[in-house]
Amino acid sequence: MTGGSARVQSRLRRLLGVATAAMVAVAAVGCGTGSGEGSAGASEPGGAVTLEFAQWWAPELPEGSFQELMTQFESQNPNIKVELLSGPYASTKQQLVSGAASKTLPDVVGLDGAWVNDFAKQGALTDLSALMAEAKYDESQLASQIKVDDKTYMIPVVNFVYPLFVNEDLLSKAGVKAAPNNRSEFLDAAKKISALGGNVKGWALPLDTAVPNGIQNDVMSWLWASGGSMLTPDGKPNLTSPPVKSTVEYVKSLNDADVIAPGSLTMKEQDKVEKFTVEQVGMMIDSLAHINLIKKNSPDLNFTVAPIPAEDSYTGKRGLPYASWGIGIADSTEHKAEAFKLVEFLMSQEANAQLSTLANGFPGNKTAEPDFSKSDPLFKTAFDIYKEGVPANEFVGLPKSEELMRTFDEQLQLVLTGKQSVDEALSKTQESWASVI
Amino acid sequence: MKPAHIDRTVLPEAATLEAETSTAPAQDRRRPFALRSLVPYGYISPTMLLIFVLLVIPIAMVVSYSFQDNVIVEKNPVFAGLANYTEVLTDPVFWTAVKNTFIFITLSTIAHLVLGLAFAMMLNTGLLGGLTKAIFRIVYILPWLFTIAVVAVIWRLMLDPFGVVNYILTTLGILQTEVNWLADPSTALWALTFINIWSGYPFFMISLLAGLQGISADLYEAAAVDGANPIQQFFNITIPQLKPVLISMAVLDLIWTSQQFALIWLTTGGGPLNVTEMLSTYTYKQAFSSYEFATASASAVIILLITMILAFFYVRQLRER
Repeated sequence: MTGGSARVQSRLRRLLGVATAAMVAVAAVGCGTGSGEGSAGASEPGGAVTLEFAQWWAPELPEGSFQELMTQFESQNPNIKVELLSGPYASTKQQLVSGAASKTLPDVVGLDGAWVNDFAKQGALTDLSALMAEAKYDESQLASQIKVDDKTYMIPVVNFVYPLFVNEDLLSKAGVKAAPNNRSEFLDAAKKISALGGNVKGWALPLDTAVPNGIQNDVMSWLWASGGSMLTPDGKPNLTSPPVKSTVEYVKSLNDADVIAPGSLTMKEQDKVEKFTVEQVGMMIDSLAHINLIKKNSPDLNFTVAPIPAEDSYTGKRGLPYASWGIGIADSTEHKAEAFKLVEFLMSQEANAQLSTLANGFPGNKTAEPDFSKSDPLFKTAFDIYKEGVPANEFVGLPKSEELMRTFDEQLQLVLTGKQSVDEALSKTQESWASVI
Repeated sequence: MKPAHIDRTVLPEAATLEAETSTAPAQDRRRPFALRSLVPYGYISPTMLLIFVLLVIPIAMVVSYSFQDNVIVEKNPVFAGLANYTEVLTDPVFWTAVKNTFIFITLSTIAHLVLGLAFAMMLNTGLLGGLTKAIFRIVYILPWLFTIAVVAVIWRLMLDPFGVVNYILTTLGILQTEVNWLADPSTALWALTFINIWSGYPFFMISLLAGLQGISADLYEAAAVDGANPIQQFFNITIPQLKPVLISMAVLDLIWTSQQFALIWLTTGGGPLNVTEMLSTYTYKQAFSSYEFATASASAVIILLITMILAFFYVRQLRER
């Protein structure tokens, strides 16, 4: 090799090294500018806007049905495209928290009422009251709005009530003629179903601490069904009150009677639904949203819905726990007007009725009429229960509601494992809640 | 062609060139050298940029969050000193998580190494044919191929009170009644550790198998000639020869297992009664449930310090090799 060729190669290597460093520097500058802040939705040439909509609804609806609704919206709004970001409910909240922190939230977000307070305080959600005023939207058609400091941050699109699901075949095998109406009847029915033996138990109680909404749906529902409250009239914790104590003692009595499906302390909501679907559990408190899922997995399952049993002496209106598919708009979006158009569409009489029918839920628009004719007869039964009762979910709008449920869950687990008395558990939870609320 | 003639009375060109350049200004001599020294940095700059953006910056941000008052949620957080660290270090649940994490990573690592070595020796034996060993290699490696979410779902179903494991054990008479493996506070941590051992041993098996195959057969032959039995050969040849691999794998496994989150979250969520609460789940709950991002950052920094101690031993062990 000659000296000249070696010099050329050495110069080439130098040039390559410097060129690589220069490219990397340019890339870093390019990535650094115009990043992060602002909307997830994109603007395209010609003024078309693409909105990102994060939700867990599409997977829980008949396949393709939610996308069809979006196609309807797009045909009414040719300049707006909707990109659905679907995922399971359990991971949605964490994704929204991360997205809110990094200002990369999708334009429109599906929300649970229990998250609203924390997201509002984080500044993640836009004030819908202002948008409604700007768009001259008729708020009177909305069944409810979730507010923090008198500003609306979430509009419930579809409401799902949590009645008692009852396996009629197991009930009949156990010699119980009708769904239980009060706590004594429930305990009796649960004992008889559990006595059938094998893998069958009367009730399922999911107390998983990772997602502790079992406290809301499966424990506090007993309290609300009897007209009770876990809060004082001014919204402070009231866990040491007789109604709450009676509720916890009742759940403990079910545990002591061995009518609860084993594995309760780490059971997740989906485990409860699966056990009911495969007839390992005779009764459960669950969302109407799961009717489709149960029927799909077990078409021959003979079940019905009933009001949650109240205390034996209670004759007033029964609270019925509910959870909503709520909708909000990210504060960081650059397309607030377009995003509100999507909200308006989903809350419109026709679309809202369509969505409620598909989901077996109750419409967030008071004027929307779900179509009972083609839907499951259970939907109509549940709607009658809903009309006779009162929607009740005191965790909606509370700060750090998941943390509140988890604290209650951990103390309840100590009670159910015999490590603590009911009074001690409630007193400790009261102290913990008082530092949050 | 005449052979080349070297005139030893004439200085070589290089010397002449050097004589010429030695009279040039010093600056001109340094310039090519400075440019040459940039070349290696040019080649490593893409990797360095990725490391800086994806590792250094996030770590620096988390450390800074840990000294502030509730970042993310608060739009204008203020400096809080060591308040977050005090809160974490005085939280009894944190120390429960430390204890559980210590038990979890210690047992997992020991079992991974023992099982990994046992299976590696089985796959390295001369007693089985090549095809048989290949089939078992595939079977033994299967647990490692599943994603952790699939592992969690499979084991939740198998360890269900009415699941396959209880069915087999009660049928065989080993158990009289079903056990709530993941829901009973007395068994949950051990069941979780077992699942982690099951899903992680294949990696060690493969690494140790490679190590075993690197041991010269001459050593075993010489030992056999000297009258050493298989057990003596194992302790005096196999283990010393595998020692560098064993130590590296042990330290890495301690680090990796201490970061395990998905398996715990998807099986027990840290419960029941905090018996499976680990540092990872504790930190996660602080952030995404309590919305205490500053406290979560403090917890994360403490975990980082613990991991760095383990990493120090790993690097030192690598250097000794």
